[in-house]
Amino acid sequence: MENIKNKIISILKKYTFDKKIWENIPENPDITKDLKINSARIVDIILDIEEEFKIEIDDKSLEGIKTINDAESVISKKLEEKK
Amino acid sequence: MNKRVVITGMGVVAPNGVGKKNFLNAIKKGKSGIKFIPELKELNFGCQIGGIPDIDNSAYNNLLNKYSLSSTSSTIKYAVIAGLEAWKDAGYTIPDYDSKDVDYNKGIIIGSGAGSICFIGSRIVPLVNKGLSKKLRSTTAEYAMHSGSSAALSGILALGNQITANSSACATGTEAIIMGYDRIKSGKAKAMLVGGTEVYSPYSWIGYDVLRVLTRKYNDNPLKASRPMSASANGFVPGAGAGVLIIEDLETALKRNARIYAEITGTHINSGGQRNNGSMTAPNPDGVQRCIKQAIKSAGIKPQKIDYISGHLTSTMADPIEIKNWTKALKREKSDFPYINSLKSMTGHCIGAAGTIETISAVLEMYHNFIYPCINCEDLHPEIAKIIDKNRIPQKIINNIDLNYVAKASFGFGDVNSCLILKKIS
Repeated sequence: MENIKNKIISILKKYTFDKKIWENIPENPDITKDLKINSARIVDIILDIEEEFKIEIDDKSLEGIKTINDAESVISKKLEEKK
Repeated sequence: MNKRVVITGMGVVAPNGVGKKNFLNAIKKGKSGIKFIPELKELNFGCQIGGIPDIDNSAYNNLLNKYSLSSTSSTIKYAVIAGLEAWKDAGYTIPDYDSKDVDYNKGIIIGSGAGSICFIGSRIVPLVNKGLSKKLRSTTAEYAMHSGSSAALSGILALGNQITANSSACATGTEAIIMGYDRIKSGKAKAMLVGGTEVYSPYSWIGYDVLRVLTRKYNDNPLKASRPMSASANGFVPGAGAGVLIIEDLETALKRNARIYAEITGTHINSGGQRNNGSMTAPNPDGVQRCIKQAIKSAGIKPQKIDYISGHLTSTMADPIEIKNWTKALKREKSDFPYINSLKSMTGHCIGAAGTIETISAVLEMYHNFIYPCINCEDLHPEIAKIIDKNRIPQKIINNIDLNYVAKASFGFGDVNSCLILKKIS
């Protein structure tokens, strides 16, 4: 679980302008609201996640990803489905 | 409005040097950036050489990453790197991404012949055709659009005047300067980033290859391939890169104590209408001569004052015709003709970027008092030797020379002509 979360964070860090924002975030940050990432880039983040974990994330699952924890559970689910 | 327009910053990404300093060193040494390109051989191109800049070690790559430009087209990368260098060269600072102020007095015109064709051809077209468009990123539109370079720079620099791209084939890079000049002269902007960018892509370079206007005889000898004005020239060598100038209203430049490279004292832009021996790919001599004469007239000087010409001169059969047009337009020939050379001997023909990269090389010559060698024309074309003295074309660098007035021209497909008159500012 921890490994997945770290990989998600390093992907998200590429899309944050102000790296200092990471010093002051809540337990489970909302990607657009807390990390201030432009919602237009969510598509790109999903592409990065798909490449990193070698999974496919359908549109419905994509819509459910608002926070880091959301991303983590979708990824775990898709990895399980692969097995 | 009697505004005067001066050049206060320059940035360049050229096949023989990335960055103003490297470029200056390269041209002084007559160093060519033309190489054999294996991909073109695999793709069965006739011409398998070209000039491609190496931006891997650019100091601006971090900034490109920060602004989501690390996977944009090279067209846009070249332009942004050159634009940021020019900005800093002019003494301006790059604002923070969340700065509050927009500078509504500064705009950007950066043109291109084929735009982001590399990205369109290698990413968009194959993925869309395979039904895999979901693999394309949200940045696809801004990477593909022709104004992508200008838009990317305006977002980094927070500029709020006109942000656009021009396109006029080989005249693009010079035309951008003239359009920016017009905007400042009319009082609609105080400063403009102007220039051109062009990428290496088989999808655009093929056009010149099948037109058989590229040289096919030097694939195993790339450094000798680009030979403007030589008897053995048989086609141009394509090149890629970008050049950006900061041009500004003289008053503004003086007020902020800017370093001024040169003044743009005269410009003209026209077309030969593809008549009278003119065609899509060959110039109407009347149109060319008119353009040069009008540019000189608009500078308020006599043709005798021109010390040096940075020619268009591409290494084709058009070179002797161009020299003839210059002699007729200036009414100067033999030993009375100005010094003349062509940067294309070292960089190849950078199409949309050519006009600006070459203007930058001319401004560097004026500013540092030298004329770089025109390499590869030891065997001067006999038609040229008939009308101008051989010693007008430097074979070795000429140092310690005062260049007060310089003419720079670009002539492009579509029978389009552009000419700048630059004046040394003391």
